[in-house]
Amino acid sequence: MRYMTAETAEAASSALAAEPGLARVLAGGTDLLVQLKAGMIRPDLVVDIKKIPGIREITAENGGWRIGAAVANAELKEHPGVKADWPGVVEGANLIGSTQVQGRCTMAGNLCNGSPAADAVPGLVAADASVTVVGPSGTRVVKVADIPAGPGRTTLAKGEIVTAIHLPAKAARSSDAYLRFIPRTEMDIAVAAAAVSLTLSEDGTITAARVALGAVAPKVVLADASTIIGTKLDDAALAALAKAAEAVCNPIDDKRGTIEFRTSTAGVLARRAAVIAYNRAKGVK
Amino acid sequence: MKSIPVSTTINGDPVEFLCTPDEPLLDVLRNRLGLTGAKEGCGTGDCGACSVTVNGRLVCSCLVLGVEVEGAQIETIEGMAHGETLHPLQRHFIEKAALQCGVCTPGILVAAKSLLEKNASPTDEEVRYWLAGNLCRCTGYDKIIEAVQSAAAEMRGEV
Repeated sequence: MRYMTAETAEAASSALAAEPGLARVLAGGTDLLVQLKAGMIRPDLVVDIKKIPGIREITAENGGWRIGAAVANAELKEHPGVKADWPGVVEGANLIGSTQVQGRCTMAGNLCNGSPAADAVPGLVAADASVTVVGPSGTRVVKVADIPAGPGRTTLAKGEIVTAIHLPAKAARSSDAYLRFIPRTEMDIAVAAAAVSLTLSEDGTITAARVALGAVAPKVVLADASTIIGTKLDDAALAALAKAAEAVCNPIDDKRGTIEFRTSTAGVLARRAAVIAYNRAKGVK
Repeated sequence: MKSIPVSTTINGDPVEFLCTPDEPLLDVLRNRLGLTGAKEGCGTGDCGACSVTVNGRLVCSCLVLGVEVEGAQIETIEGMAHGETLHPLQRHFIEKAALQCGVCTPGILVAAKSLLEKNASPTDEEVRYWLAGNLCRCTGYDKIIEAVQSAAAEMRGEV
């Protein structure tokens, strides 16, 4: 295994593209080093992207935020601006692993690792966030929702790396929330998860919403949010949302949760996350 | 595999070492530098026994490559006491009997120190969440929480 630090995204991309063997990107390393230790992968080349200018920075951009791909989630948590605008995105990212893991793990890594249960991803999809992808054929901006391709797989081509995540400007009277179910209170992988992002009119009617579910399909899925748009999130709307969430679930059946359990839990979590996001959007603590 | 030279600072001292590209920082500390305070419990970031700080950030040294710490500032358990004078956390861990076998203790001390640097007055719940990635299989956690809280109180000048 060779190790290189890339000084630019283009240099990282060229090295990854030119490697005939197995190449891996290193940012926080909380997935890569576990895979190395377990002997799951034996990369020929590891490219450390943390020295690329700006890749460890959070900057204001078009009213929203640009989060460099190597920003650790602990750094994200300490950023008051992102947390104020997108509390659901930040709370999802901060559920990954322990304090020690938070010190290293990144949202972009969570996305590119391709786990269907990635805690950072539903919040980003609900927020309609994008990523900048730098590759051998140039730079493109892609929706976060279009990156996962299935368990452990992404739509990134050989040599392509994510360099930044872009959170859009937060609209007035809008907020978001993320909830996951695990059988304990900390340090576990989601059995089902839901993120809701919504915007209200002045009288508290929902004018826009996105609902993304994690761990209940081969990749993050959107539920039909029209079930709550035009409502004030009354009981009927919440029941319709839960049904819509259940309808898009296509989970696995394993020791951590049956298909039935994951499906009904996704509905419950979507409903509860919607209530939290709604109250946040109204400014209710 | 070709070794790579790395220059870093550990507990305030400049340190240079050679390591292979796939070698975790934990193995560098223990096997190349003789700093055996950090322990390998799991080697996969689940147990926290190898906790150190890199540039002030609490991490598992088993999840960091040695080659990544070029130019970094590292603090380990070996830098916690000043000569024979123990850090208040170390003293209170002894006084409260917050350890039995001791394998998890260096990681818990490093993690607790990192917490108190950010938050001098944590609630018990905040201590428990902060230390959720530090597993102890002997004592149960109550005495550990008590020791952290009494050290924190002393460090705030309340005792």
